[in-house]
Amino acid sequence: MTSILIIVVVILLLAALVQVTRVSELLSEIKSKDVNEVTDKDNNTQGLLFLIVGFGFLIFVVWQMVTWNHLLLPPASSLHGAEIDILMQASMALILIVFFILSPILFYFLYKYRGKKSNKAYFFSHNNKLEVVWTVVPTIILTVFIIFGLKTWDKAMNVDVTQSTKIIEVYAQQFYWSARYSGDDNILGKANYKLVKEKNIFGVDTLDINFGDDKMTKEVHLVVDQPVLLKFRSQDVIHSAFLPHFRVQMNCVPGITTQFGFTPTRTTAQMKETEGEDFEYILLCNKICGQAHYNMQMKVIVETQEEFDIWYDSKQNLENRLLTKKEKKDV
Amino acid sequence: MSEHHNENFITKYIFSQDHKMIAKQFLITGMFMAVVGMLMSAIFRVQLANPGETSVLYNLLPDFWLTETGALQPDKYLALVTMHGTILVFWVLTAGLSGTFANFLIPLQIGARDMASGFLNMLSYWFFFIATVVLMSSLFVETGPASSGWTIYPPLSALPQAIDGSGTGMTLWLSSITLFVVGSLLGGLNYIVTILNLRTIGMSMQRLPLTIWALLITAILGVLSFPVLLSCGLLLIFDRSFGTSFYLSDIIIGGEALHNEGGSPILFEHLFWFLGHPEVYIILLPALGIVSEVIAVNSRKPIFGYKAMVGALMLIAFLSFIVWGHHMFMTGMNPFLGSVFTFTTLLIAIPSAIKVFNYLATLWRGNIRFTPAMLFAIGTVSAFITGGLTGIILGDSALDINVHDTYFVIGHFHIVMGLSAIYGMFAGVYHWFPKMYGRMMNKKLGYLHFWGTFICAYGVFFPMHFLGLAGLPRRYYQNTAFPMFDGLSDINDLITFFALVGAAVQVFFLFNFFYSIFKGPKATQNPWKSNTLEWTTPVERIHGNWPGELPVVTRWAYDYSKPGAEEDFILQTEPLREGEVEH
Repeated sequence: MTSILIIVVVILLLAALVQVTRVSELLSEIKSKDVNEVTDKDNNTQGLLFLIVGFGFLIFVVWQMVTWNHLLLPPASSLHGAEIDILMQASMALILIVFFILSPILFYFLYKYRGKKSNKAYFFSHNNKLEVVWTVVPTIILTVFIIFGLKTWDKAMNVDVTQSTKIIEVYAQQFYWSARYSGDDNILGKANYKLVKEKNIFGVDTLDINFGDDKMTKEVHLVVDQPVLLKFRSQDVIHSAFLPHFRVQMNCVPGITTQFGFTPTRTTAQMKETEGEDFEYILLCNKICGQAHYNMQMKVIVETQEEFDIWYDSKQNLENRLLTKKEKKDV
Repeated sequence: MSEHHNENFITKYIFSQDHKMIAKQFLITGMFMAVVGMLMSAIFRVQLANPGETSVLYNLLPDFWLTETGALQPDKYLALVTMHGTILVFWVLTAGLSGTFANFLIPLQIGARDMASGFLNMLSYWFFFIATVVLMSSLFVETGPASSGWTIYPPLSALPQAIDGSGTGMTLWLSSITLFVVGSLLGGLNYIVTILNLRTIGMSMQRLPLTIWALLITAILGVLSFPVLLSCGLLLIFDRSFGTSFYLSDIIIGGEALHNEGGSPILFEHLFWFLGHPEVYIILLPALGIVSEVIAVNSRKPIFGYKAMVGALMLIAFLSFIVWGHHMFMTGMNPFLGSVFTFTTLLIAIPSAIKVFNYLATLWRGNIRFTPAMLFAIGTVSAFITGGLTGIILGDSALDINVHDTYFVIGHFHIVMGLSAIYGMFAGVYHWFPKMYGRMMNKKLGYLHFWGTFICAYGVFFPMHFLGLAGLPRRYYQNTAFPMFDGLSDINDLITFFALVGAAVQVFFLFNFFYSIFKGPKATQNPWKSNTLEWTTPVERIHGNWPGELPVVTRWAYDYSKPGAEEDFILQTEPLREGEVEH
């Protein structure tokens, strides 16, 4: 019933539109005036509308910045992230300044130079000086930003892996994340997708001597101020590990191991103090990966070394998890 | 080429070789697809505002796309965004925009009787048409249409076990896009040959209207980049159907370890974006060309810095081939490569800035006449400023880390590419409608259409930047799985509200368009008082464009309000007066 009503209403509206348009055109025929000719009055109205709506839009932008500011991500909780934030603020400042200069100029020009039948435009086809200026100035500004950007990128991506850098594998599959800690030797045991079965979800090679102390977890716990290198693998499609609070993101690509190193600087407890009790760090999937893509997540917790040790020691290592007693003896 | 030959219904309206008719075929097909794409976006916007609920709009969908409670299925949400992207990027803004205006304007504005090959031109439309039928048919496949995003990254797109849409739906998608590429190559080659060879006497390259320059450069971009998409797609077809491993390696899917080893999905991304980024400019440049023309005509002023405008187009086109990696900063490719792509990407801001400044300088001290076309042309400039600026954030690899694949990207490209291009397309339709159909579109409805669209479009896309800065990923069926996004539901409601109103506003345009074809007031020969050649042809459509000799061009296209002339426009065919200097 509703559908029929909707269709009827739409048809009636269209019919009304036809009649209104027809009447306005007939009227203008009677007055022997071209209804579609743009008059000075139109130019006045439209010019004014650009001024009003244009500046309305700018006010809307400011309103959004004020009203929604609290929804944006908190300051970065990582060393490199802090630098990214500075670059972000500088870039935002730049584009906002340019936006708030160019847009008002556009809307103002439209109002100011709205046409009149009696007016004539100023013939002005080029001006080399002007053009050189507005080519060179953006070039200089961009050069500064390119250098600034590349330096920040370099710091974010080229991590020194030292002895104290904890290596953790993040493993993606539709639609779960798992993590593997590299254990006391800080070396991940070799893995091959063909070895994946039952409990051995990473396909760890149990003949590799480095695998035994590895630990598998369903959460990532990190120690505050301790550098970590995440190694990413995927077993089916491309996923992307996104940790927005740390300014960390990296695709997980089947067949390839990717990595991202960073140092967390604030514990979850500290974040709860400033961001509210509900705050949790999160690792979410940010590359379309299938129907439950929207719900592929893993909890991340940053804590002190003591807290970490308690949690970590409670986990079973892979040697105990994957091998039977007999197999252990053989190793 | 004969000026007139006998036409019957079929050769006139269906298998026409007349460029003007082919242009209209592209336009109408493009408009149909635009409506389909827009309805899809309305539907998924409703899902995002009311996750997991049912809606009247879902009646438009096949029943098997819905859950038992009448909600949209998560993978069909992905199907909708995939098809929305595919349709808008390729069908509306590539074929609909270039196909319409390249076909329509190139012969008319350079003074040619038709395209170099009318037959290839006809083929180009019919390949496009068949591609359209194939793509649309995938909507009715039981497992649903392609659902892996319009970028169809494998392995998701290669494995039917990974998502339902990667079965028959994906096969149809790939077949369709193959046909599409063939069609657009035939068209593109034709455009280039026509512009280079069939210019009338006196129409030197320096006298070409900027529309033609933009269409020429677009066609060159297309001819150089679409074949790469074709090969990229072919390799995917091989992987899907013939057991090769170009893109596949180390995969376990549905509990089964596949035999494929040694392939790389990243290879696909490189090939895809080698087309994908030039494609952005294939979409944008024709719109900028149209806008340059419309702004000059309606400011009654020459376009400012003609040579700089052409140079900027060329520079943008050149750079567009060496920036594709900025879509891939997060794929784990060598950080040094990321640096190179950041550098080249940010350089694009320079020619873009030149274009914006030149548009502003053209408006300065103009005598602006606000036709509906002019309003939309200004809309393009505004969107190009607003959306272009956020490119400085996204192009910077360090900043991209945290906004990559979030709604910030959605906001950015919908404004800078989507809105700029669709506004340019609207500007073109309103401006050349009198030439296409010999009748005028209604001005007041045009005004309503513009203001409704302009307000709603910013209402839809601007808030998306904030969603992105809050960390919200794109292509999420709903945001309810993450407490950190709970605060964003108000923004989503607002966006959906504007999206639905904005979609409804398009009725003004559709009505105006079809009503005016049949009932609009008769157009005069040169209703906008333009200089370019198309306005010297008769109002009635004739095959061959000019009844007698071809026009001879003696000046550039932008002598508006030239001192010393009586009128504020001078046709390109009017000889220079004694002692008059060409601009």
